[in-house]
Amino acid sequence: MNADFSSDGETSVCRLSDMQPGSECEVVGVDLGDAAGRRMLDLGFLPGTRVQVLRRAPLGDPSLYALRGFQLCLRKADSRHVRVTQKGPKEPSPSTSPRP
Amino acid sequence: MSESNFNEKPAAPLRLALIGSPNSGKTTVFNALTGLRARVGNYPGVTVERREGTVRLTDRTAEMIDLPGTYSLDPVSPDEAVVGRVLAGEIPDTPAPDAIIIVADACSLERSMLLIGQILHLGLPACLVVTMVDELRARKGQIDLERLSAALGIPVTGVVGHRGIGLDALRQQLARSETWSQPPVMPPSDRIERAAWADSILEHVVEKRPGPHTVTDWVDRIVLHPFWGLALFGVVMVTFFQLIFSWATPVMDLIDTGVSAGSDLSRTLLPAGFLADFVADGLIAGVGSVVIFLPQILLLFSLLYLLEDVGYMARAAFVVDRAMARVGLEGRAFVALLSSYACAVPGIMATRTVPSPRDRLVTILVAPLMTCSARLPVYTLLVAAFVPAREVIGPIGLQGLVMLALYLVAPLAATAVAAVLRKTVLQGEPMPFVLELPSYRIPGLKLWLSQIWGSASAFLKRAGTIILLASMLLWVLLTFPQSTPPADLSPKEAASYALEHSAAGQAGKAIEPLIAPLGFDWKIGVGLLASLAAREVIVATLAQIYAASDPDTSLRTAIRSDIRPETGKPLFDPPTVAALLTFFVFALLCTSTVATMARETNSWRWPAFAFSYLLVLAWTAAWGIRQVFIALG
Repeated sequence: MNADFSSDGETSVCRLSDMQPGSECEVVGVDLGDAAGRRMLDLGFLPGTRVQVLRRAPLGDPSLYALRGFQLCLRKADSRHVRVTQKGPKEPSPSTSPRP
Repeated sequence: MSESNFNEKPAAPLRLALIGSPNSGKTTVFNALTGLRARVGNYPGVTVERREGTVRLTDRTAEMIDLPGTYSLDPVSPDEAVVGRVLAGEIPDTPAPDAIIIVADACSLERSMLLIGQILHLGLPACLVVTMVDELRARKGQIDLERLSAALGIPVTGVVGHRGIGLDALRQQLARSETWSQPPVMPPSDRIERAAWADSILEHVVEKRPGPHTVTDWVDRIVLHPFWGLALFGVVMVTFFQLIFSWATPVMDLIDTGVSAGSDLSRTLLPAGFLADFVADGLIAGVGSVVIFLPQILLLFSLLYLLEDVGYMARAAFVVDRAMARVGLEGRAFVALLSSYACAVPGIMATRTVPSPRDRLVTILVAPLMTCSARLPVYTLLVAAFVPAREVIGPIGLQGLVMLALYLVAPLAATAVAAVLRKTVLQGEPMPFVLELPSYRIPGLKLWLSQIWGSASAFLKRAGTIILLASMLLWVLLTFPQSTPPADLSPKEAASYALEHSAAGQAGKAIEPLIAPLGFDWKIGVGLLASLAAREVIVATLAQIYAASDPDTSLRTAIRSDIRPETGKPLFDPPTVAALLTFFVFALLCTSTVATMARETNSWRWPAFAFSYLLVLAWTAAWGIRQVFIALG
């Protein structure tokens, strides 16, 4: 099973690993096959999910993200398979995960 | 509010399964319900810990199984498949649960909804426990649990596990699982539709989303800071190392003194002869070789669980993960490997903080390569005896450089071995590395103490018995068959004669052809066999063989002047010394480590594998080094 959702052919799609800390984005799809791809979906990286990039580790990797009400660290090796579109940060939300 | 009509229930034990994602507060709920008395074991065929406990309900008892924390019921490895197999009743001797308790954190309910949706699909009676409702309130969040119950179609209870709030209500809820409502409509099975289902429920029940955890945000500004975060990590790790390397030493010396006092006492109390020897050198020394590990284990786990419960361990893993990823391991393996520099036994036990069983196994298999403190006496003896004490660059001496090289080669070898293991024995589809940073919490004293005691008692019960048996067996091999030495020998020479004619001495001679290519003779062979008890034992054994009066100066002189009979040249020539040092860098000459590995992986397969691969590696590397030294002259 391939978790690919690229049918809409958006132009501004980039990788989650390229997003800078402080930015916010929306998941478009996960380019990973089989078990690893399903795991990313089960973690909440589903199309339409809002993800905030919180910070990078002191050594530059992994990075800390906030989505679906919790915080999660992912390595570049994994986050580069998540395709996202940049969203302007919404007005400051008290929550760690703004809803789309 | 006890309900009398439930008193007539039969007293058949109810089987409950506790399920939730990692960091959902599942373990706290388990401990609160079972009173910290968990029965710990393993599931057959996988290295996943199995925890079960008894819950006292108002009028009956229930057996509760604490399933490993999981993000999904869709398994990505045989280890994760355990959750589904337990729920389906496919594990031998483990009947399927009568009811499921789902645990979700009130502050991140949103993320748990996907898992809840999956679990409801199983069709088993289920209830939801929402934990940390106090933190939700503190963060000004509000969730309508009654409406959540109505929307999901199952009972919902809010609790604060570590304070016991809401537990009475939960117990009453559990006692009437037969009457639990079932969801009127199943959640969608498709992931994306299920997310939409979750969102629509959340919109309906979440009245106010929790604000940020202020303390956590504030502390993390320092703890995860590019500079201060690394500095703090350094300080914590140096403390760790100090704790198990130096601070444990006085207590360990005390135990050593106690053990030899016990041996001496038993010799005075018992008539001289075999029984006294057995009690003094076999039994008491054997018990000592188990107890000696306790200071390190207790100290290590005191700090480890304190930092884990507070929430720092996850941050430490976050800070160091990149460096560890390069080695093919993950951030949480760092503490285990660092501890292994003091001793692989607590180090291997510390791998429990690594959640992925495959990563944990790789860490366990390379931990014995770290330069543990038992290697130090061996290195010291050989380096002091055979490496010239001359200065190389300024005040830096050759002896120091050789010692440094011996310490540095270990992590390099571990890196290579980890990479090879991942590509061969432990290959598999790489899974996303996932690490959560939980909010900082003030840990509970009772839980902390029980965690420390749990580790120590597990070591004593499971590994301790094996270590005791193995050290007594080695004593037997080094003592029997007893021989009558010629009368004209001094006591030291008589001891040397007895050792040569013992089973171990004969075995040393038997393995001589195998170790001859490394330049080792039967005496080193006996030393190697004896060092299976613990690496540093080779020093005492060599002292006995050479009839040396003390293991320092006179042993050094004795091994320096030993001559190879065939060639008339020194036995310990530079190629042989280099080979012996190299052999000790790699070989798993430690029964305690083997026993601990067996206990932690719940099989003899992995310790056997580790012992064999390290033996092959040690032999090959020692042979290679010897050839290099011979070639260089």
